[in-house]
Amino acid sequence: MSQFRKPFFQTKLSPLTEWLFVLPSLLLLALLALPVLALLWRAGTEGMLSLIAQPSAVSALRLSLITSTVSVLIATVTGTPLAFVLARRKFPGKAFLELVIDLPVVLPPSVAGIALLIAFGRQGVFGSWLSSIGLTLPFTTTAVVLAQTFVSAPLFVRAARIGFAEIEHQIVEAAYVEGSNEWQLFRYLMFPLAGRAVLSGAILAWTRAIGEFGATILFAGNLEGVTQTMPLAIYLGLERSLGIALALSTVLVFVSFLLLLVTRRLENHKDNISS
Amino acid sequence: MGTSNTSHTLTVYAAASLTDAFSEIGKAFETDYPDVTVVLNFGGSQNLRTQIEQGAPADVFASANTKEMNTLVTNNFVNADAPHIFLTNQLVVILPKDNPAGITSLEDLSSPDLKLVLAAEEVPAGRYARQVLDNLNSMFGADYKDNVLANVVSNEDNIRQAVTKVQLGEADASIVYVSDAVAAPELQQIEIPVDVNVIAEYPIARLANSQNTELANEFIAYVLSPAGQAPLKKWGFTPVNP
Repeated sequence: MSQFRKPFFQTKLSPLTEWLFVLPSLLLLALLALPVLALLWRAGTEGMLSLIAQPSAVSALRLSLITSTVSVLIATVTGTPLAFVLARRKFPGKAFLELVIDLPVVLPPSVAGIALLIAFGRQGVFGSWLSSIGLTLPFTTTAVVLAQTFVSAPLFVRAARIGFAEIEHQIVEAAYVEGSNEWQLFRYLMFPLAGRAVLSGAILAWTRAIGEFGATILFAGNLEGVTQTMPLAIYLGLERSLGIALALSTVLVFVSFLLLLVTRRLENHKDNISS
Repeated sequence: MGTSNTSHTLTVYAAASLTDAFSEIGKAFETDYPDVTVVLNFGGSQNLRTQIEQGAPADVFASANTKEMNTLVTNNFVNADAPHIFLTNQLVVILPKDNPAGITSLEDLSSPDLKLVLAAEEVPAGRYARQVLDNLNSMFGADYKDNVLANVVSNEDNIRQAVTKVQLGEADASIVYVSDAVAAPELQQIEIPVDVNVIAEYPIARLANSQNTELANEFIAYVLSPAGQAPLKKWGFTPVNP
C-alpha cells in the first residue's frame, strides 16, 4: 500500500495531529490579535475617535509625522551608500561592523536612550564638545529625530544591503563591457534593481521610527509640540484621558498596518518577479 | 511573628519618591517577617493608580497625593476608611553640582534660556511644583510662573526622572521633593520658604480586593510605627508619628 501513497502535502493530517497544530496556533493568534481588536472595538464603540481633533493629539500627530519622515530621509541618504559598500566590498572587520549596525534594533529602548544621553547629552562624552560649539541636543526635536534614526536606520541598511547583494554580477558586467560609466550603472541598473528592497526597507524603518518611545522619552524628554510624539502622548495621555490615548493608539494601529501592508506588497511583487 | 495567611508575597505599589525609603522599609519588614517577601513597584502615583484600576494585583498602595487615593476610593478599589496619611513632604529646587546656569535664587528660575525639567502636571510632584510657582507669583510678580514654565524643556513622567536629568547635568534645575534632594546629596539646593511651599500629604491604604488582608494591614501598621517612620525621616520625609 505504501507504493500508492498520495504525496504528503496532499494528504490530510490525522485528526490528532491536526489539533496538535491548530490548538497552539489559535492560542498564539488570540494573544497577537485580541489586544489590537479590543483596542479598536473600545475606541470605536465609545466614539473616542472624535478626540483625535484635540490640540494635544494633533500636535503629537504632526510631530510624529515630521520627525519620522526626516529620520527615514536621513536613514536613506546615509544608509544607501553604507548598504552598497557592505553588499559589494569585503574588508577586515566587516562582520563585526554589521553586528554594530544591527545592535540598536535589539537593544532595549531604555538602553538606547541612556546610551544616546551619555554620548550626546550636554555633559555627555561627545555632547560636551558639541555644547562647547553651541549645540545642545537633549530636549530638542533634533534629539527625537536622532533617537528615531538610531533605532530605525539599521532596519533600512539591512534591507538595502540584501537588495544590493542580490543584483547579479553578470548583468552589471555586461552593461560595463558595453561602455556604461559608473554613474550610469548606479542610476539605470543597480538602483532600479535594488529599488524595491530599498523602498521596503525605508517603509519598515518608517514604521519603527513612528513607534519609537523609550529612547525618545529618555533622550529627548517630553514637551508638547517639541518632543512629545504620538507614543509619548499615548503613554502620558493615559493619566490625563484614556480617550485621547485610545484615539491616538487607533491611529497608530492603522498607520502601522498600512505601512506593513505596503512592505508586504513590495516583497510579494519581488517574489513574483524572481519566480 | 509570622502570619496565619498562607500567601507570603506582599505587593506594594508606592510613589516614585518613596523608592529609597520603601526599599529600606521592605527589607526591614522582611527581617521581622522571615516568611514574607515584599514586592515593591515604584512609579508615578497617577501611573500606579491607573494600573490598579486595570486590575494590577497590588495589596498596598502608597500615593504621593490624596487625589489618586481618593479616585481609588470613589471607584471602590479602596475602602473609604482605609487610607492613612503616613508622612508629609515638601518641595525644594535642585541644581546640578556645578550649577552651569549660575542660578542663585528662586527668582532666577524665571530668567530666559534656562533648561528646567519638571514632573508632568499629571504627576503629583508636578502639580505641587506648579502650585509653588503660583504662590511665588505673589513675591516675584504675575509673570513669574509663566516665565518659569516657558523655561521647561521636559515634563517628566515621574519625579525621579526629573532628578536624574539634573544629576546628569542635562537640566539646569528642577523642583522636586525634599526627600529626592536627600537621596541625591551631590546636588545643590535652593530652599523654598515655608509660607510659599506646598505640604504634600502621602496616604497609604490596603486595596479592597487584596488577597493578603492581614499581612497588608500589618505592613501599614509597620509603616506607621516608629520602626517604619525612622527610615522615612532618614530619607527626608516628615513622619506623622515622629
